Amino acid sequence: MGDKYLSTSELPFCKGCGHHLVARNTEKALEAIGLNPLDVILVTDIGCHGIIDRKFHTHTVHGLHGRSVALAAGITLGLNNPSKKVIVYIGDGGATIGLQHLIEAAHRNFDMTVIIHNNMLYGMTGGQASGLTPCGFKTTTSPEGKPYSGYDLCRKANNVGASYARRIIGTGDYSGHLAEAFETEGFSLLEVMEICPSYGVKFNPDRKLTEIIEQADLKVKLYSNQIRKRYQVHLRDNPISLFKEKNEIEIEFHSELKDTFSLILSGSAGGGVQLATELFAQAAIASGLDVSKKGNYPVTVGTGFSSSDIIVSPDPILFTGVKDPDVVIIVSKDGLEHCRAVIERMKNGLLIIDENIDTPITGAEVLKHDFHGIAGARSAALYALFFYLHRNPVIPVDALVSALGKSGISDKVDLDMLLNFKIE
Amino acid sequence: MILANGSMLIIEALAKAGGDIFIGYPITPANSLYQYGIQRFPMSLAAPDEITTLQWMAGFSATGKLPVTATSFPGLALMIESINMAYMMELPMVIALVQRFGPSTGTATCGAQGDLLLINGLISGGYPVPTFCISSMDDCWDISASAASAAVELRTPVFLLTSKEMVMPLRGYDISSLSEIDPVSYSYHDDDRKYVPYEPGNNLVPGFLPVGNEKHQTRLTASTHDRNGILQHTTKEALANTTRLQGKILKNLPEFTFHELDEEDADTVIVSFGITSPAARRAVRTLRKNGVSVSHLIAKTLFPVPSLYIDTIRNYRRVVVAEENQNGQFRQILFGVSGREGVTGVNTIGRMITPEEIIEEVTGDGR
Ligand code: SF4
Repeated sequence: MGDKYLSTSELPFCKGCGHHLVARNTEKALEAIGLNPLDVILVTDIGCHGIIDRKFHTHTVHGLHGRSVALAAGITLGLNNPSKKVIVYIGDGGATIGLQHLIEAAHRNFDMTVIIHNNMLYGMTGGQASGLTPCGFKTTTSPEGKPYSGYDLCRKANNVGASYARRIIGTGDYSGHLAEAFETEGFSLLEVMEICPSYGVKFNPDRKLTEIIEQADLKVKLYSNQIRKRYQVHLRDNPISLFKEKNEIEIEFHSELKDTFSLILSGSAGGGVQLATELFAQAAIASGLDVSKKGNYPVTVGTGFSSSDIIVSPDPILFTGVKDPDVVIIVSKDGLEHCRAVIERMKNGLLIIDENIDTPITGAEVLKHDFHGIAGARSAALYALFFYLHRNPVIPVDALVSALGKSGISDKVDLDMLLNFKIE
Repeated sequence: MILANGSMLIIEALAKAGGDIFIGYPITPANSLYQYGIQRFPMSLAAPDEITTLQWMAGFSATGKLPVTATSFPGLALMIESINMAYMMELPMVIALVQRFGPSTGTATCGAQGDLLLINGLISGGYPVPTFCISSMDDCWDISASAASAAVELRTPVFLLTSKEMVMPLRGYDISSLSEIDPVSYSYHDDDRKYVPYEPGNNLVPGFLPVGNEKHQTRLTASTHDRNGILQHTTKEALANTTRLQGKILKNLPEFTFHELDEEDADTVIVSFGITSPAARRAVRTLRKNGVSVSHLIAKTLFPVPSLYIDTIRNYRRVVVAEENQNGQFRQILFGVSGREGVTGVNTIGRMITPEEIIEEVTGDGR
């Protein structure tokens, strides 16, 4: 063979190493199926097998230990072109550290061929045991023989849906199997069983490769050969601007607010605190004010407190933190616990609190109202905002009514009820 | 006016700037970027972990697509080896880092500015990753777009640094005044001459050709390599290639130096970046209203530190660096661990720095 795919010069492996044959058989298989070298992308990683890339005339990508499958996944998805062939070379060590990548690629059927050079140990670093080392096989780190079995990767790849998976013994001409794998649509895996003359033979001098494989119950056979479509990333033809779905808010109202005003509304998860304050923020914009709305909640957002800091101002708001709020509204016990320190610190300002909750110590003026009793758990937060605005319209009540009307939830709430303190 | 958060502006800007694919793995407080990214980008992928995220990104980048992701410290920690790989292969990508309070998993829903020392030393050998920091809603737009063009023009991963309180709060924002963003364009090697993947081109940046192209062989290599992308020990050519990684960024840094400098005839300069900048701006206004002269430098290109910052702060007797971390990381980077007389910090953990704290530091006893 010429040097169309692979340089004719000597390959960078120890004498007798099976890696020679992987490279030569790859070359032969590519020739047989007639691929142009520049239609092939060879992705290798760290391990003896990886240093072959300099000898190939294909595109070559030489990555990190055990990550070549994931790197190749990005390449094959990025190319999205079945006339290109992405081939991955990886060792048994790399397959162990990058097992997740292999499973993911097989499961999603990324279009590539992975060739595992399985010589049952880490050759490059001195012959340590890998996740694929069979039970009883001696290595530098298992001098008495590995005490437990290795993974059967072909079986795993088949289990998760790979188009093709086959284990072969890495002797002689196996280019036919390689060609078969290369021509498979989707994910194909070829596990090539080898023994490393430098370490494997040295530590296990009396054992034959075939006998080792047999004892490990690793079948030399075709595990999977099914027709399955390659995974493709959906391409949106016309991605829609994120701004498109945001309603432009017109300034339709007027606020008399002269200074920056801050409010904390605090309740429980599921109590509509975030939605209510978002509507408040929209109403503030519609009233010509600058606004900042910040949500606070525990990591598990569906439990415990849900709190929101609102700042509105006729001037641009720079700092968005709220240390000493003008008003704190508490609609649940969770909300009170979250804000207790702030409330206790308040020397003035206003605390509005549901009348079913004990009043904490505070220097603020306190107002109580039966938000829960009148509006129910889901609307208490919104009701409390109306309650406050009715008393002190930092933004007009009508601005909040309008924001609610545009929100698409207006049919789920009883507006008359939300405004019922007007007739008190 | 719309009600928007910083995440929305960042993603819209990155998509407009030519981001092709958003690859994500969920992590608080970067989730809103992920969610918007999946919704807005021409392509998107959900990865099973952060190592995979970065590897997939590198693969896409090798084919000429610009990938974007968003994460926070725990995710970044997993990505580090792969970012080093992409850096060595010279693959453009944007990594938005939304800082949260650590160490370790810390408090996911609390902001911080505690990852500067990590980013500054992220590449083994100390090579700089261009790092851009967002200090306002406007920056979410402009700086994000600039980060995308820096990635492509310098052929490198870049960081877009932000923190929870910058990307999550909703703000009233006037989008009608936003500038147009043009998609960044790749200049491919377009020549019959043999393509040498790591031959220093214009401004030391090698010309790019995606793998899979039909004209020239492309080699990408994470290990020390020569101009052809062939793995080498420490040969002269290979060392020169590694040296160039820093050179190309330093050489082109002026073009990618973004900052705001608001100077007065003053003896003190406040230095801020990211979430402390709005508080510092407020502090500067109040100080001036009270007759205290003060200057203000907002650093938006954080790494490598532009010499312009050094030249500026050298003129001030007092320098106050405000940052949401315990040990004054940017201060250390600017002045070294031994510091300099007149240099102090305003530092907090677990909460935002207030304008009052900055004012106090400027006017207080440390004066
Ligand atoms: S050490 Fe083993 S695996 Fe590595 S090249 Fe030599 S024989 Fe092959």
